[in-house]
Amino acid sequence: MAFEGLSERLQNAMAKMRRKGKVSEADVKEMMREVRLALLEADVNFKVVKDFVRVVSERAIGSEVLESLSPSQQILKIVSEELTNLMGGEQSTIQMAAKAPTVVMMVGLQGAGKTTTAGKLVNHLKKTQNKRPMMIAADIYRPAAIQQLETLGEQLDIPVFSMGDQVSPVEIAKQGIQKAKEDHLDFVIIDTAGRLQIDETLMTELTDIKAAVNPTEIFLVVDAMTGQEAANVAASFNEQLDITGVILTKLDGDTRGGAALSIRSVTGKPIKFVGQGEKLDALEPFYPDRMANRILGMGDMLTLIEKAQQDFDEKKNEEMTKKLKDNSFDFNDFIDQMDQVSNMGPLEDILKMIPGMSNAPGLENLQIDPKDMARMKAIVLSMTPKERKNPDILSQSRRRRIARGSARPIAEVNRMIKQFNESKKMMSKMTKGNFDGMDGMFGQGVKGKIGKMAMNSMVRKNKKKVKKKNKNKR
Amino acid sequence: MGFFDKIKRAFTGEEKIETTEVTEKYEKGLEKTRKSFSDRMNELFANFRTVDEDFFEELEEILIGADVGYEASMEISDALRQEVKLKNAKSQGEVQQVIIEKMVEIYEKDNTEKPEININKEGLTVILVVGVNGVGKTTTIGKMAKRYQTEGKTVVLAAGDTFRAGAIEQLIVWGERVGAQVVTGKAGSDPAAVVFDAVRQAKKQQADVLIVDTAGRLQNKVNLMNELEKMKRVIEKEIVDGPHEVLLVLDATTGQNAMVQAKQFKQTTNVTGIVLTKLDGTAKGGIVLAIRKELDIPVKLVGLGEAVDDLQEFDPGEYIYGLFSGLIKDSM
Ligand SMILES: Nc1nc2c(ncn2[C@@H]2O[C@H](COP(=O)(O)OP(=O)(O)OP(=O)(O)O)[C@@H](O)[C@H]2O)c(=O)[nH]1
Ligand SMILES: Nc1nc2c(ncn2[C@@H]2O[C@H](COP(=O)(O)OP(=O)(O)OP(=O)(O)O)[C@@H](O)[C@H]2O)c(=O)[nH]1
Ligand SMILES: [Mg+2]
Ligand SMILES: [Mg+2]
Repeated sequence: MAFEGLSERLQNAMAKMRRKGKVSEADVKEMMREVRLALLEADVNFKVVKDFVRVVSERAIGSEVLESLSPSQQILKIVSEELTNLMGGEQSTIQMAAKAPTVVMMVGLQGAGKTTTAGKLVNHLKKTQNKRPMMIAADIYRPAAIQQLETLGEQLDIPVFSMGDQVSPVEIAKQGIQKAKEDHLDFVIIDTAGRLQIDETLMTELTDIKAAVNPTEIFLVVDAMTGQEAANVAASFNEQLDITGVILTKLDGDTRGGAALSIRSVTGKPIKFVGQGEKLDALEPFYPDRMANRILGMGDMLTLIEKAQQDFDEKKNEEMTKKLKDNSFDFNDFIDQMDQVSNMGPLEDILKMIPGMSNAPGLENLQIDPKDMARMKAIVLSMTPKERKNPDILSQSRRRRIARGSARPIAEVNRMIKQFNESKKMMSKMTKGNFDGMDGMFGQGVKGKIGKMAMNSMVRKNKKKVKKKNKNKR
Repeated sequence: MGFFDKIKRAFTGEEKIETTEVTEKYEKGLEKTRKSFSDRMNELFANFRTVDEDFFEELEEILIGADVGYEASMEISDALRQEVKLKNAKSQGEVQQVIIEKMVEIYEKDNTEKPEININKEGLTVILVVGVNGVGKTTTIGKMAKRYQTEGKTVVLAAGDTFRAGAIEQLIVWGERVGAQVVTGKAGSDPAAVVFDAVRQAKKQQADVLIVDTAGRLQNKVNLMNELEKMKRVIEKEIVDGPHEVLLVLDATTGQNAMVQAKQFKQTTNVTGIVLTKLDGTAKGGIVLAIRKELDIPVKLVGLGEAVDDLQEFDPGEYIYGLFSGLIKDSM
C-alpha cells in the first residue's frame, strides 16, 4: 500500500534516536540525514525536503530540547508534528454552492485519472448526499474521451452532457450547466482534457472555462506516483487557476507517495479525496492526520474501525466476538468471516491499517490470491455440517474423505485445520483483551513511544468523536 | 502456501517469503533557436567558473530533481568526480566533455549499439505493450502503428484492454487515424481471448506487425499481473519466438516507483525495452538511468506529445543534455 516504504524508512531513522539517553547535535544531524534520505526516496520534492529538514533541525537543536530530560522523545515529537503540518492538519470536505447547481472542474496532467475520478465523485455524492449529478464532456482532444465518460455515465446511471468534439470546451461547459439547471440537477462535474502546465493555449482554455462557469471547486487530480515534478506541476496549476483542492489517485499502488507532501507544501491547498482503485467506488475522503500517523507507523485504526463498521454486519460481528470469547468459533463462522473479509477488499490493505503492522516483515509479500480463499472454502464445504460445528471430531479418515471431496491434497487439509485451530486460539486471546501475544505477532508491535503517543492521540480523538456522536443523538 | 500460513509468516516474520527531433524537444523551455550541441554545453558550464564541490553538489541536486534517485545520483556524481580527476580535466571545455561522455558511457555500458525495436525478418512481429494506468500505452501504440504503416508494413492492433471504459473505442480511433486494422472483443471479455483472435487474424492476413494493447495495471496487483502473463503465454504458444518485443511504457513524470514497476513487469513479462512518454513536459524521467543500471533494460523510444508523430528513438546524449539543462535554468 502507498506510503509504506516511507513509513518504514522514517521509523528506522527514529528508532536509532529512541535508544539514546543523551542526544548530541551530531546525533540529530545523523538522524536528519536519514530522514532526508527517506523523504527523497519517497519522491518528496528536494526543496520541500530541504525546508523540512531545516525547520526540524532548528527546533531540535535548541538547548531546551537537547538539555531536557527526554531529548529523544521530544525530537520524535517534533518530527511527527512537522510531518503532520506538512500533510495539512484537519480534513476538508467538498464545498457545495449556496445556490444549486454546484459546479466542479477536474483539471490535471494527461492520464492522472480525471475522467475516472469524475465518475467516482458523482457516484460518491449520489450515494452519500443524495445529489442529482451530471457530467459534462469537455475533453474534445483525446481519442474517445467522450465515449469514456458516457460509458461511466451509463454504468452509474448518471446523465452525461456532450456536444461532440467540434465545439469549444468553454461553450460545452456553459451549455452543459444551462441544461443542468433546466433539468433541476444540483451537482455538475466538468471533465477536461489532460494538459501540461506549460501549455499556454490549453491553460488559457481552463481559465476561460473557469471565468465562464464560476466553479465552486477546481480539483487538481494528481497521480500519487508522481516524482519531483509534482511540486512544479501543482504550483503552476494553482498559480494559473487558484485550485480549491487536490485529489490524489492510484494510491492502491505501492508508491511511497511523497508527492502528497510536496503538493500540500507548495500550494497550501488541501487534499480532499484519494483514489484507491480503478473501480467506481474506490474513492475515499482524505484525512491528513490519519495519513501522517500511518506514515509514522501508527496504523490507521480509525479508518480500520470505520471500514469494519461499514462492511461488517453489526449483528454478525457481535455474534462472532461472542463466539471467539467462548471459544465456540467453528468452520461455519470461518466461512462467514471469509466472505465478509473478501467483501472488504484486499486483505493486505486491511492488515496494514493495524498499528505496527505496516512494518511487519514480509507483509509486502502477503498477497492473498482469491484462489487460495476458494480452495479453503472448497475444503470447508466438503465437511459435514457436524464436522463444521465440531472441528475436534476431524479424525484422519474424515480428513481423507474431505480431501477427496474437495480435490485437495490431504496435506493441505491437515495444514488448514491446524492453522484454523491456531488462529482460533490467537483470536480468542485477542478478544479477551490479552494483547501480550500480539507483540510477537506484529513483528515489533506498536513501535515505542512514538507509537504509543499516536495511539493515545487517536484514542483521545476517538473519544471526542464518540462524545460528538452522543451529543448529536440528543 | 495456505492463507493462514501467509498471514502468520507476515506477522512473525519468521521466514521471508520468496517473491519473487530529437534535440529540441528534449529541452523545452530553452531557447528554440537551433544551436549545436557543443554550443549549448558551453553555455551550460559557463555558469561555473570553477569545477568545485559546489558544482558537484548542484549537479547532484539536478540529478535528484530529475528523479534519477538518491543513490544513483550519488554514484553518478562520484563517478564524474573521479573521471574529472583521472582525465585531469581543467578547462571548462574538458570538464564538460568528460562529464557528458562519462554519463553516456555509464548509460550505454559496453553496449554502444542503438537499442532498436526487434523486428522479425521472417514474418509477423508481435509487440506486447504493458505498464501501469494512464502512462500512454494506447497512444504510443497509435504512434508506432503510424510509423510501420508509413514504412509500408501492414499493422494489426489488438484491443487487449477490455476493462477500462472507452479503451476499445480509443484504440479504434487510433486504428482509423493511421489505417490499421483493430481486432476487438466485447467490453469486459477475456483479454487473452482477444489476443488469440488478433494473432490468428494477423497471421491470416499475413500482416507484418501485431501490436497488443493491454489494460493499465499496478504492479502490486497479483491477479492482474497473472492475467498479463496469460496474455503473453497465448502469444508464445501461437508464434515461435513471440512476442518479439515487450515494451514497458513509463511516464516521465513518475518518480521512484518506476523502478518497482520495471522490476515487477520484467519479472512477469520479461520486458525488452522501455518507452518513456510525456518528455514534452517538464519532468525528465531520470529513473530510467537507475533502471538501466540495475535491471539493464534500455529505453528504446520516447514520447514527446499527444500527436501521432510525437514519437522518437531514444538518444542517450540528447537525453543527458536535457537533464543538465536545469543547470542553466536554475542559475539564470
Ligand atoms: N489503480 C488505479 N487506477 C486508477 C485510479 N484512478 C484512475 N485510474 C486509472 O488511470 C488511468 C487513467 O485514468 P483517466 O481517468 O482516463 O485519466 P485522465 O486524467 O482522465 O486522462 P486524460 O483525460 O487522458 O488526461 C485509467 O486506466 C484509470 O482506470 C486509481 O485510483 N487507482
Ligand atoms: N504530453 C504527452 N501526453 C501523452 C503522451 N503519451 C500519451 N499522452 C497522453 O496521456 C494520456 C493517457 O494516454 P493513454 O495512451 O490513454 O494511456 P494508457 O497507458 O493507454 O492508459 P490506460 O489504458 O488507461 O492505462 C492521454 O491523454 C494521452 O494523450 C506524451 O508523450 N506526451
Ligand atoms: Mg480524461
Ligand atoms: Mg490504454
